[in-house]
Parts: sequence; C-alpha cells; structure tokens
Amino acid sequence: MSSRVARAAAPAVAAESSSPLAAAIEAKGVLGAHRWLIARRWSQAGILALFLAGPWAGLWLVKGNLSSSLTLEVLPLTDPYLLLQSLAAGHVAGSTAALGALIVVAFYLLAGGRAYCAWVCPVNVLTDTAAWLRRKLGLRRGRTPPRALRYWLLGATLAAAFATGTIAWELVNPVSMLYRGILFGLGLAWAILGAVFLFDLLVAPRGWCSHVCPVGAFYALLGRFALVRVSARRSGACDDCADCYRVCPEPHVIVPALKGAASPVIRSGDCTNCGRCIDACSKDVFRFTIRFDQRRDPS
Amino acid sequence: MDSSSSAAARRRFLQGIAGAAGSASLCALGLSLYARQTRALPADALRPPGALDEDRFSAACVRCGLCVRACPYDTLKLSEPGDNVVTGTPYFVARKIPCEMCPDIPCAKACPTGALDKALSDIAAARMGLAVLVDQETCLNYQGLRCDVCYRVCPLIDRAITLELRHNERTGKHAMFIPTVHADQCTGCGKCERSCVLDEAAIKVLPLVQARGALGAHYRLGWKEKEKAGRALGPEVIELPVRRPEAAP
Ligand code: SF4
Ligand code: SF4
Ligand code: SF4
Ligand code: SF4
Repeated sequence: MSSRVARAAAPAVAAESSSPLAAAIEAKGVLGAHRWLIARRWSQAGILALFLAGPWAGLWLVKGNLSSSLTLEVLPLTDPYLLLQSLAAGHVAGSTAALGALIVVAFYLLAGGRAYCAWVCPVNVLTDTAAWLRRKLGLRRGRTPPRALRYWLLGATLAAAFATGTIAWELVNPVSMLYRGILFGLGLAWAILGAVFLFDLLVAPRGWCSHVCPVGAFYALLGRFALVRVSARRSGACDDCADCYRVCPEPHVIVPALKGAASPVIRSGDCTNCGRCIDACSKDVFRFTIRFDQRRDPS
Repeated sequence: MDSSSSAAARRRFLQGIAGAAGSASLCALGLSLYARQTRALPADALRPPGALDEDRFSAACVRCGLCVRACPYDTLKLSEPGDNVVTGTPYFVARKIPCEMCPDIPCAKACPTGALDKALSDIAAARMGLAVLVDQETCLNYQGLRCDVCYRVCPLIDRAITLELRHNERTGKHAMFIPTVHADQCTGCGKCERSCVLDEAAIKVLPLVQARGALGAHYRLGWKEKEKAGRALGPEVIELPVRRPEAAP
C-alpha cells in the first residue's frame, strides 16, 4: 500500500525527493553524514535501556520514569514542567522532587533546552520517522498549525491545571505516556501515540514536535538561555544547496545564523541541538559550540 | 512590498495567532472537562498508604512509579490509559494483591513529591480505605457458620475487626459471630477482602469517600454535648404536647 503511494507520487517530486544527504554522504561517507543522528539514537536508546534494566534484568540502576526518577539510590531527577503544572494545580512539591527539577533545569541550561527533544524524548524517534517516511514517500501535502501554537498550549496546560486542581495534561501527554507505557504497561496509550505519528505523516509535516507539543515548548524556553548551541561558523563556505533546511525540524532557526550578518550562533530556543544540519552539510558549515563563541571563519 | 500585501501578511499573521490562541483555549477547556470526569476513584481502586486525599493527590502525584518500584509485594500498579483510574497514578486492587502493611512503609518513603506523606511513620495510622461488610446475605458468619477468615487475617485483629456475638434466630439456640469493622482502626489494607472465601467477597474495602458517611456540621449529639459541658444543656425531660387524631378517645 505505502509503496504504491510512493510510486504514484514519485514522478511529480523527483527533483525534490533526492536525498538531502546525498552530497554529505559523498563528501563525508555514510557514517560521517549520520554521526550526530547515530549518537542521538544511542543516547535515546541508552537512557531507555537504563530504565529497562531494572524491570527486565533486575539491575536497578535507575528507577521511575521520565516524570521523576532516582538513579543509583542518590540522584533524583524530576521533569520541571510537570512540577510547574503540579504547582499550578495547588501542590507544593516535596524537597526531593524540587531538587530533582532544579538539577534537570540546570542540566538543560547547559546542554541546550530542547536537547531533551533530540537526545532523550522517545516521541522524537516516532516523529523523525514520520518526517523521514514523508520524504521517502514524496508526500508533499499537508498544513501545519502556527509555530506559536505550542506556547499557547503550554499556557493552556497550566491554566487547565489551575482550573481543575489536577495535572490535567498528564491525562493525554504522549511523551510521558510512551515511557510510562514501556516501563509500567502501555494500556491504550498506543492509540494516542499512533495518532501523533499519523498526524505528522498525513496531516501536518513536523506537526507535533515543531508546532504542538507543549513539553518541547517548555524546553524551548530554557533553550533561549542555553550554553551549548550550533554555530554556522563557516557560513562563507555555504553553497546554498539548502540540505540543512530540509533535514532540520525547525528550519527557520538556521536562517539568521547562516545568512544574517550578526551572530553565527543559532540562538532560537526552537533549535533542538540535534546536529542534523552538521551531518547534512557537505561543506562543514556547522558545528557545536557555546553561545558566546562569535567566531565566523573568513570565507 | 507594497502596503496592501504587507497588510495582508499582517492579517494572515494575526489570524494565525488568533487560531492558535483559540485552539489552545479549546484544549484547556477540553482537558479541564476530561480531568473533572476522571476525578472519582472507582470502588475497587485504593491508593497507597499515606496518599493525600483524592483532590490533592491528583495535583501532587507526577506518576513516576517510584512507589510501585518500592513495594516488595507488587501490590501497587500504575494505572494505564483504559483503566478507570486517573492515567498513570498508583493504585491497588485489594482482591488481587492487598497491602501487607510494611512497618517501614517503603512506598511512601520513595515518593519524591509528597503525594504520599513521608510523615506517616506508623503503618497502622494509614487510611487507604475502609472495610465494609457489604453483603450480609452471603457472608458465612451471618448464616451462623464459623468462617471467621476475614477476622483472622486482619493485621489488626481484635482492633480493626472484631466478632460481635448475636443470637441465631434461625436455630434458636446458637450464636452468630458477626465480623464488625471499626473505622477508627481499620487501615484499608484489603487483606480481609483478599481472603474472603466466597466467589465474590462479602467484605470489601472501599475508598474512604465511598465508605464513610458524614454528619451535618450543625449536628450535635446530646449525650456528647452533655459530657463536654459536664451537665445537661436543656431540661432533662421535656413535656411534649399530646397530639391525637380528633376522633380518637
Ligand atoms: S517536541 Fe515534545 S514530543 Fe517532540 S521531541 Fe520534544 S518533548 Fe518530545
Ligand atoms: S505498605 Fe508495603 S505492601 Fe503496602 S503498598 Fe506500601 S510497600 Fe506495598
Ligand atoms: S511515588 Fe509519589 S509521585 Fe510517584 S507515582 Fe507514587 S505517589 Fe505518585
Ligand atoms: S482492611 Fe480488613 S484486614 Fe485490613 S485492617 Fe481493615 S479490617 Fe483489617
């Protein structure tokens, strides 16, 4: 069925559907063109494996789930956005959870807010796959809601928590639902996750993560101040192939750094620090650095 | 760009924002309604020891499952979408695996948020629910037999549950031993319900809101007031007017 879709759609988009990685693979080899992607998948799978080692192998290194966890019986980690909703609902969290949230905030202020999205969140694998499949199948149609929607939703989840006195968003949040599902039992959560996947595949390209998800929006707010960022330091070498825009889940963040005259650093909190632009660029324009690094190589 | 097309762009932008704001408000409303609907706990679901009352619990619990992992008896479970307990929150079903009332209460200790109260130090003070002998028609002791199982398994035997003697009208010469739960002692651990020998337990542990009545705030019990004041608050015997139907003698 899906291959029929691909064949039917192929001629119309032949030029566009050539892989955005073709040039990079030629220049750097397959491994070089997927370096950061592979690292991210290892990170996402590794974190999940740490959680799973307990229930599956009796190796209790990490207990709990992404909402709150305890590592090696000493290190508490708590989702700060969840704790914020709890606060809005009228509960002042215990010291362990509060400390856990502070540690997480501090970490993402260093590592880049939405590094959570690219390096930890399990839904990201799902939505990246949907985006990849769209490209492969040559699905061009689709409408996305405005990017600002996620920030409004962020506000809406807090308002709902305040109005109901419960952490209402957790009733439907696919992010925590997937992790909790894998570790404690999925129930009907697959339906919500399937809906997210189909939404991204058929309705709105990059719809969920780049337009809707309030969890990502929360980490994007942290990302505005984050230390580790991507820089288009060798922007002079850019040959306008647009491969980076095509692989980036948030292409608008690249423009000011690559084409603007001011800072070469991608400052927008929307950037997930996924490093896909670094991978996809055959001219090695991008690299990870810190936000204060204003160097731009002369072309 | 001429001014009319920039005006159009501005209009599109504003429309986009308005759309986003509108859908966000709809989401908030939908979420709130959904949250309200899922608030009540079903009759067979009990919260772990030390849980805040249900309203405060759903604001406090982040659904991490650390309590579930801490329980040595696999009593606790995180609700899955489709179960009719608020998604992701911990609960147990007494008839499946009851709470063994660990003296060190590891589940409450593990809770990072305070949804389970760490200050609970005596497990006998936990109030997870309240046992109620819901069916006198099937309870064997009510038939005059000596089953006594719920009584015997109770960790607080003779305090939370006692056997009260009653005359057996059916035989005319035997006694019945009626299992009787005392709300001031019962922790709601569920061991009695778990071990009831019937196909469907005659004694059930219910969440407190469902198990308990409540006196109106204005209600005063005369004898208690008397005890408090040290004397009767009104005249001991009140003369009441005699009312009789007109025709009666
Ligand atoms: S936007 Fe949301 S779902 Fe997407 S990767 Fe980030 S947290 Fe996960
Ligand atoms: S007191 Fe013990 S048996 Fe009961 S829920 Fe807690 S950990 Fe489990
Ligand atoms: S440990 Fe506390 S916050 Fe976590 S699931 Fe249990 S009650 Fe909820
Ligand atoms: S629930 Fe039953 S077994 Fe547990 S304390 Fe109450 S009466 Fe005893």
